[in-house]
Amino acid sequence: MFKILKKIELAPDVKLIEVYAPQIAKKAKPGQFVILRLNEKGERIPLTIADSKPDGNYITIVFQEVGKTTKLLGRLKEGDYILDLVGPLGNPSEIEKFGTVICIGGGVGIAALYPIIKALKEKENYIISIIGARNKNYLIFKEEIKNISNELYITTDDGSLGYKGFVSDILRNILESKRRIDRIWAIGPTIMMKVISDITKPYGIPTIVSLNPIMVDGTGMCGGCRVTVGEKTMFTCVDGPEFDGHLVNFDELLLRLKTYREEEILSLKLLEESEG
Amino acid sequence: MPVYKTKTPIPEQDPKQRIKNFDEVALGYTTELALREAERCLQCKDAPCVRGCPVNINIPEFIRLIKEKKFDLAIKKIKEQDNLPATTGRVCPQETQCEAFCTLKKIGEPVAIGRLERFVADLELEKGYEIPEIKKKNNKKVAVIGSGPAGLTCAGDLAKMGFEVHIFEAFHEPGGVLIYGIPEFRLPKRIVRIEIDYVKSLGVKIFTNVVVGRTVTIDELLKDYNAIFIGTGAGTPQFLNIPGENLIGIYSANEFLTRVNLMKAYKFPEYDTPIKIGEVVGVIGGGNVAMDSARTALRLGAKEVHILYRRTEEEMPARFEEIIHAKEEGVIFDLLVSPIRFIGDENGKVRGIELQKMTLGDLDSSGRRRPIPIPNSNFIFPCDMVIVAIGTIPNPLISRTTKDLSFTEYGTIIIDEKTGKTTKDRVYAGGDIVTGSATVISAMGAGKIAAKSISELLLYESVF
Repeated sequence: MFKILKKIELAPDVKLIEVYAPQIAKKAKPGQFVILRLNEKGERIPLTIADSKPDGNYITIVFQEVGKTTKLLGRLKEGDYILDLVGPLGNPSEIEKFGTVICIGGGVGIAALYPIIKALKEKENYIISIIGARNKNYLIFKEEIKNISNELYITTDDGSLGYKGFVSDILRNILESKRRIDRIWAIGPTIMMKVISDITKPYGIPTIVSLNPIMVDGTGMCGGCRVTVGEKTMFTCVDGPEFDGHLVNFDELLLRLKTYREEEILSLKLLEESEG
Repeated sequence: MPVYKTKTPIPEQDPKQRIKNFDEVALGYTTELALREAERCLQCKDAPCVRGCPVNINIPEFIRLIKEKKFDLAIKKIKEQDNLPATTGRVCPQETQCEAFCTLKKIGEPVAIGRLERFVADLELEKGYEIPEIKKKNNKKVAVIGSGPAGLTCAGDLAKMGFEVHIFEAFHEPGGVLIYGIPEFRLPKRIVRIEIDYVKSLGVKIFTNVVVGRTVTIDELLKDYNAIFIGTGAGTPQFLNIPGENLIGIYSANEFLTRVNLMKAYKFPEYDTPIKIGEVVGVIGGGNVAMDSARTALRLGAKEVHILYRRTEEEMPARFEEIIHAKEEGVIFDLLVSPIRFIGDENGKVRGIELQKMTLGDLDSSGRRRPIPIPNSNFIFPCDMVIVAIGTIPNPLISRTTKDLSFTEYGTIIIDEKTGKTTKDRVYAGGDIVTGSATVISAMGAGKIAAKSISELLLYESVF
């Protein structure tokens, strides 16, 4: 059992929780994730670790309520427990001094990006951050990222803050300005990572994406999270979750993400009905 | 009294009925049937059957005790060697092990040793088990990685010898393949849980949700434990690596069975984990896991389930009993076919498999006749679900994170077979992580060997 020490509502359906898990906190590195299960009948879902300290006892998780499990997780209060939590899973991000790095975060993906920006900053990279969301309420970690970025660009779909449009528009402008960019990180909705990888490919700038396919165990034993990278099939949980965006078959991933769409809708509907 | 030439049949659920439920297929002997079967044992002095048992159960002795209706003593006798008798009584391939050596085979069928083992094990489960004598604690600690058959056996044996044993399990529930892999209708999870409770009652502590290689490494564990046993199995599914394999509706057997067995997807939406069952299901492979997958798919409502296998029934690695069960339940066997590619629709869902017909050639290195493709024989097998059950390989997490441990090119750990010792000091291994996918009982045998070596190492050290 894993106790929720702290809970903050970052946006109407985006929540941050700090969970007591010393063993995981000691090991977690930027880019890694955990799998949790809420109760005996629950499913196992992967969530990215947004923050942890080697000397701390807890990990920070940020999630958006989209399905039954994340909705139920969102209702847990400080002092409540999560039944199962396992991690850190996946490979840590490869962090070194690259030079100038563009870090692009979309929606709840901004939270996953934050520890990576921090680590890149510690290695003295020049950081250009681009974060985007539906509207200003969803621009999570804005101040934190501002404080550690050399440049910060903000976009919203509705123009309620920053540039009205997409993170990809800003990226295009920067690339067209012919500035030297050594590496790009993009974490957000799959479609965003696909668009960004398409934009950067002609420039030949290494572009790292963090994939979030359907998973069961998270330790390499089911293959449900398999993706095509280059010509090879990879398991996101043990070979990723970060991959070279130029090699990922995003179209296949987008289709596979829809595998259980009907069941997800049914689960959510039954949850709402059970509560009247 | 004449000796019956054939085994006393075991009552089974009717096939028509059982494909509608997940209850156990074989119902087990009644006392009367067990006594009749035990009577068949000739009590051979040289006990050839024991030679076929990877954990050296004193088979004639426990059968003699059954004959004398001393059922409590019979199960005690088995448990001297086997910590999981209700499990092995069900899933051991006795026909190639103990029963293969039975003297009665010369005149007919061997004694149904497995069924008798199950009979006394189940009797004890009903009544509640007795905790055997445990040696005084000796202040030595052993970590066991993985809570499948190898790990549970090694841990149980070491605990009985007085060691403090901690098992680390990656999943949220212990049992390994016994829980996530073998279906309920062949090995009820209630039984596995009671057997695991028995191992715990010996003093073994089990920590779930710990992925060794991620949460903690072998080298870190070595700071806190005097020795380590790695029994992490062969958990990574193999795929065919042919075009279209990532289409929706194509599952590894591991994923399919884990969703159903461990996560209880067959009870969706009561349980949250879903599974999508096709109308026509193609199961690729000819082993026990393929049979388990096919029979599970039928129970979940598939209209037609086909086993697609590239050789003939004779070469199938599955137990004969499982092949019969699958056929009785209506699984269709399409033999001498090999998949070339998967065909999908515009939504990325699988719609068929291009198969090539095969013929059998000369013997290969496995001693089975090699399948040879027949040119221009390709055809399309229409289906909307595929389960790939062509075997598993070791999980790479430990090999990637442990130094000084030697592996084969297949990713299995290299050990000294007599002791279970790896190339790394104080680290032992056994089960599928060493052999590649094999049987529950061979993993248990390896767990026993390692437990013995570990105790010898640590007790020797404590003398000096």
